[in-house]
Amino acid sequence: MHDVLGLRAQRRRTTFWVTVLAAGLAVTGVIAVGTGAIAIGPASVARILAHQLFGLGEVNWAPPQEAIVWQVRFPRVLLGMLVGAGLAVCGVALQAMVRNVLADPYLLGINSGASSGAAAAILFGAGAGFGQYALSASAFLGALAASLLVFLIARSGGRVTSIRLLLAGVAVGYALYATTSFLIFASGSAEGARSVIFWLLGSLGLAHWDALLLIAAAVIGGTAIYLTVSGRRLDALAVGDETAHTLGVNPDRFRIRLLVIVSLCVGVLVSAAGSIGFVGLVVPHLARRLVGAPHVRVVPVAALLGAILLVWADVIARVLLAPQEIPIGIITALLGAPFLLVLIRRLHGGTA
Amino acid sequence: MISASGVSWRYGASPVIDGVSVTARPGRVLGLIGPNGSGKTTLLRLLYGALRSPTGAVTVDDDPLRSLTPRESALRMAVVVQETGGETALTVAEMVLLGRGPHLSTFQRTSRDDHEIAARCLARVGATHLGPRPFSGLSGGERQRVLIARALAQQATHLLLDEPTNHLDIRYQHEVLGLVRGLGTCSVVVLHDLNLAARYCDDLVLLGSGGVAAAGPVDEVLDPVILEPVYGIGIKRLDLDGHLHLLFHPFHEEAA
Repeated sequence: MHDVLGLRAQRRRTTFWVTVLAAGLAVTGVIAVGTGAIAIGPASVARILAHQLFGLGEVNWAPPQEAIVWQVRFPRVLLGMLVGAGLAVCGVALQAMVRNVLADPYLLGINSGASSGAAAAILFGAGAGFGQYALSASAFLGALAASLLVFLIARSGGRVTSIRLLLAGVAVGYALYATTSFLIFASGSAEGARSVIFWLLGSLGLAHWDALLLIAAAVIGGTAIYLTVSGRRLDALAVGDETAHTLGVNPDRFRIRLLVIVSLCVGVLVSAAGSIGFVGLVVPHLARRLVGAPHVRVVPVAALLGAILLVWADVIARVLLAPQEIPIGIITALLGAPFLLVLIRRLHGGTA
Repeated sequence: MISASGVSWRYGASPVIDGVSVTARPGRVLGLIGPNGSGKTTLLRLLYGALRSPTGAVTVDDDPLRSLTPRESALRMAVVVQETGGETALTVAEMVLLGRGPHLSTFQRTSRDDHEIAARCLARVGATHLGPRPFSGLSGGERQRVLIARALAQQATHLLLDEPTNHLDIRYQHEVLGLVRGLGTCSVVVLHDLNLAARYCDDLVLLGSGGVAAAGPVDEVLDPVILEPVYGIGIKRLDLDGHLHLLFHPFHEEAA
């Protein structure tokens, strides 16, 4: 049958982009690991990583090089990939859930909750019981509290509608933002305030081979897989609640399940890397431009794109003013804002 | 067969549907007619379970609607709703393929068969050429036909349509309803246009002030004596070439 509906062409496009982006991600990883105060050639990086990851090749490099690649930079690049992918897929899910192209993972006020938690940890030593994980744990508890609050406010009669979710998220976000500001004000510590602001702007500097990286990998991987598998149901929900219902998807139950999964995922990534803006807003749109709207294609492509973009943003953050490190949130916002403007112009262009 | 007995719904304090019973019989087209606000759409939503009536019950092929999972219910009832989803970035073909969803398990992708079914359904509504285009770029009438194609692709045993002729020009009004009638599946159609109802429905339920004002075969319900008080307009009925036609005129003109 001739491809009159353009469906096979779309599939070919998707295969093409997934291949290109997967290769791009590998190249990005190798270059990013090699970049820094001590530059390491891509060939050496590739050999060290191949040896560590797959046990391939002979050891013919200096131990310090291996330490830099494997202990210092690779965890950071890996966390960057995970956070970028996680932000992107959560952005995709939220844009479908509230049917708004301007939705992003921070819409639900989760990052404000995490910020309050982090501020409490940095300024007042909250969560000290968690030892080395005090900051992340406290931020995660804050994120959890915020999402619970949003959920309780948005829910009424067993339903969570998109508009109520939007309003509850914005309201809780503002309230918790005020809480964070108050904590900074109340602590009276200039040094502490500076650390909190740094944390708020996001950083991958906390990356180590530790439980946190493992948790982030599991949660973000699980979320991306769940969203891909739920692709058709996301499509139906994105068209409308009534449509979803007639296509055999209970919109209320599905939205609540998505809310729980996305909140958990955003909580984990904000705890691991602070709030990094714009990736979750911009990447879903880029992904749709590449492979069209069906979520079964958008989710994996957005994950790859998000991973690549965030790692490059981190490279820029590390090298631009080296040896000083710019908070990565500044880079993503600078890159993301112009894109948002283009998007808005297109929306108001009225050309469908 | 879809059967509702004693179902009700209220928005706020005022009941829209109050203890209504209707039956859509196999192989027949049931039209829901009535003036604005008489609860046609509400009744339809009660029939497919978007609203759950606090009273009475709805059964589909003798199984209570409540006992069916959303997916089972989507396999039995395909619905064309008025919600158009105009913001979506899906293409027309992808929109129609969504109708195959209830037939696929979670991990299953759409197959070549599904694509062929989608293509056939688009062809039936005369929209094959729209396939690769973005759904959001279509006109109102084109969208309506695509949504009908999606409902057809669902291959359900019942078809429910909420004012499917909205936005359609006269030719497509007749083509779409002729198509529904030609399917021979048990269908329920909400219609504004009584002449379309006359031509394409087998049975009619006339809704007025919370309840069923009349129900039965088209010929019996479309009686000026019954219709005039419900719609508040003068009606003249003509039987031309074996078809029933209604002509309308304001009451005060008659008096003048």
